[in-house]
Amino acid sequence: MKAFSVLDGLVAPLDRANVDTDAIIPKQFLKSIKRTGFGPNLFDEWRYRDHGEPGEDCSVRPVNPDFVLNQPRYQGARILLTRDNFGCGSSREHAPWALEDFGFQVLIGTSFADIFFSNCFKNGLLPIVLPAAEVDKLFDDCAANEGYCLVVDLGAQTVTRPDGRSLKFEIDAFRKECLLNGWDDIGLTLRHADAIREFESKRRSEHPYYYA
Amino acid sequence: MKAQTLYEKLWTSHLVRQEADGTALIYIDRHLVHEVTSPQAFEGLKLAGRKPWRVGSIVATADHNTPTEHWDQGITDPVSRQQVETLDANIRESGALAYFPFKDERQGIVHVIGPEIGAILPGMTVVCGDSHTSTHGAFACLAHGIGTSEVEHVLATQCLLQKRSRTLLIRVEGELQHGVSAKDVVLAIIGVIGTAGGTGYAIEFGGSAIRALSMEGRMTVCNMAIEAGARAGLIAVDETTIDYLKDKPFAPVGALWDQAVDYWRTLHSDDGASFDKEVVLDAATIAPQVTWGTSPEMVAPVGGRVPDPARETDPVKREGITRALKYMGLAPNTLISDIPVDQVFIGSCTNSRIEDLREAAAVAKGRRKAASVKRVLVVPGSGLVKRQAEAEGLDQIFRAAGFEWREPGCSMCLAMNADRLEPGDHCASTSNRNFEGRQGAGGRTHLVSPAMAAAAAVTGRFGDWRELA
Repeated sequence: MKAFSVLDGLVAPLDRANVDTDAIIPKQFLKSIKRTGFGPNLFDEWRYRDHGEPGEDCSVRPVNPDFVLNQPRYQGARILLTRDNFGCGSSREHAPWALEDFGFQVLIGTSFADIFFSNCFKNGLLPIVLPAAEVDKLFDDCAANEGYCLVVDLGAQTVTRPDGRSLKFEIDAFRKECLLNGWDDIGLTLRHADAIREFESKRRSEHPYYYA
Repeated sequence: MKAQTLYEKLWTSHLVRQEADGTALIYIDRHLVHEVTSPQAFEGLKLAGRKPWRVGSIVATADHNTPTEHWDQGITDPVSRQQVETLDANIRESGALAYFPFKDERQGIVHVIGPEIGAILPGMTVVCGDSHTSTHGAFACLAHGIGTSEVEHVLATQCLLQKRSRTLLIRVEGELQHGVSAKDVVLAIIGVIGTAGGTGYAIEFGGSAIRALSMEGRMTVCNMAIEAGARAGLIAVDETTIDYLKDKPFAPVGALWDQAVDYWRTLHSDDGASFDKEVVLDAATIAPQVTWGTSPEMVAPVGGRVPDPARETDPVKREGITRALKYMGLAPNTLISDIPVDQVFIGSCTNSRIEDLREAAAVAKGRRKAASVKRVLVVPGSGLVKRQAEAEGLDQIFRAAGFEWREPGCSMCLAMNADRLEPGDHCASTSNRNFEGRQGAGGRTHLVSPAMAAAAAVTGRFGDWRELA
């Protein structure tokens, strides 16, 4: 996994609640057996005016100029500002794969759906939860200022505005370490292989019917 | 000993170790695998030179991409076919407790076949790269959906990295009105707590109305826990659970069965156990439900109306309602019963089991699809459900009513195969998600129970099925 420490990035606002993973990456693109290449189809139904299918050249498709990520001022955005319950619905990891492939590295919102939230950390994508009043303010500032950037420092757990004011965010210590170092979960877990084997053998003798 | 919740019992009994910040390694008993979320996990495993930890935990099937008609032609979409063939190759190489490939008699939706063969047993931890894994909480399993990286992690280590959830008890007390089903109950719950109401929680469903449900009804309720934001839903073990499992092919037998049942009877929240939050619903007040919007919380009782955004004070919610009504092509204050029906879908891991099909057939019997309804799909959840329905003559009832009787699979719940809505179509659907485009780009989904879906098919509107003479 890619490591993450500090990002100074352009912010794009997606001002709607309950953005589901079907919207982030529609089902037809889930037929791929790869982990990469989903970026051009991120928010496909909102981004384009036609219906997309896997394998198409998206550069020649008609874009929806009203969709926020198509606006010139948000090109190159690295931070996505979101509302409540972002990433709800399907567990598809294709959603963080698409966000990451598109270029996002940080998501800032008031709440994220549980499965999506975990999936982000497996892909070097940092979801940050801030209080609703702060997120409202970020939406306002972002709308009012073209080229609005924020500095996200994972080590310090801060989001710093252009005026220098910093907002503190919470993150699990374990996830933070993994993300800062780009560690692979599986390798870490396998360091405890003996503990797993011991647990398993005890469970097998206490509950043999689970191993029939 | 301190009174424990069912969740605490399941968590504690699977805890391998814990980090200082509470991140835990949880042992996984059952790993359900399907073709969409597993190829990258198997590939990752292979690239790292790792092998699956315990293939005896794996139950696999192809369900999302498989067609529901013309099986003699195979899978004609080459991209879908490649994904199904990749699963085939991966499982043949790794091995599994059970694998039901495309066209196998026992193939079907992974969340239907797991329980029906007895591969889901109380007290297990169950994972699948699929959010509707919450279904299996109906058996007092700690069951939840995971992403593909986690699928790889479970394959490699038989464990999942998790933090303990908070606990939410939702009690539905009293007796349900005649003709109100498990689907109506769970839609009503989501209407009350919202689609993020369960975020961060494991929900235990309890109360007399939940205890009165069959196992299939309980699966319907737990299936949609994720639609309330909760990764896991749970229901305690009782005689209904044990009766359901007896003599299932993968359930234990003889002395092992007795030993298992003794343990399973302990799988309930103790008297006096404390939950982080509790919500109580009065069963008698729940009417058949119909969703009108693009999120499962946008739901109303059948006699109700679509809301008016002008009356919503929260600006984000107001904008959400306005956007949903525009997408759904509905005016504020429209009567639910005035919404037209273009297509009907009876199926999905929420409502494709035999009791669901019986419920729909009872309404369809002796009636015909309304002329205004273009198509009615009935998609059984598995090959075994299909065979049972045909033995009972349900297929004949559906066909006589002008409904299409299909082969098993996920079908139009997510429209990854050829079954999908046309843009603008209103669909009465027994599935679980009414998101924009979920059943096909531009499609308009209204979530309902099987009886309500069948009634919508024969009347062409969202009326109260109990009023059909």
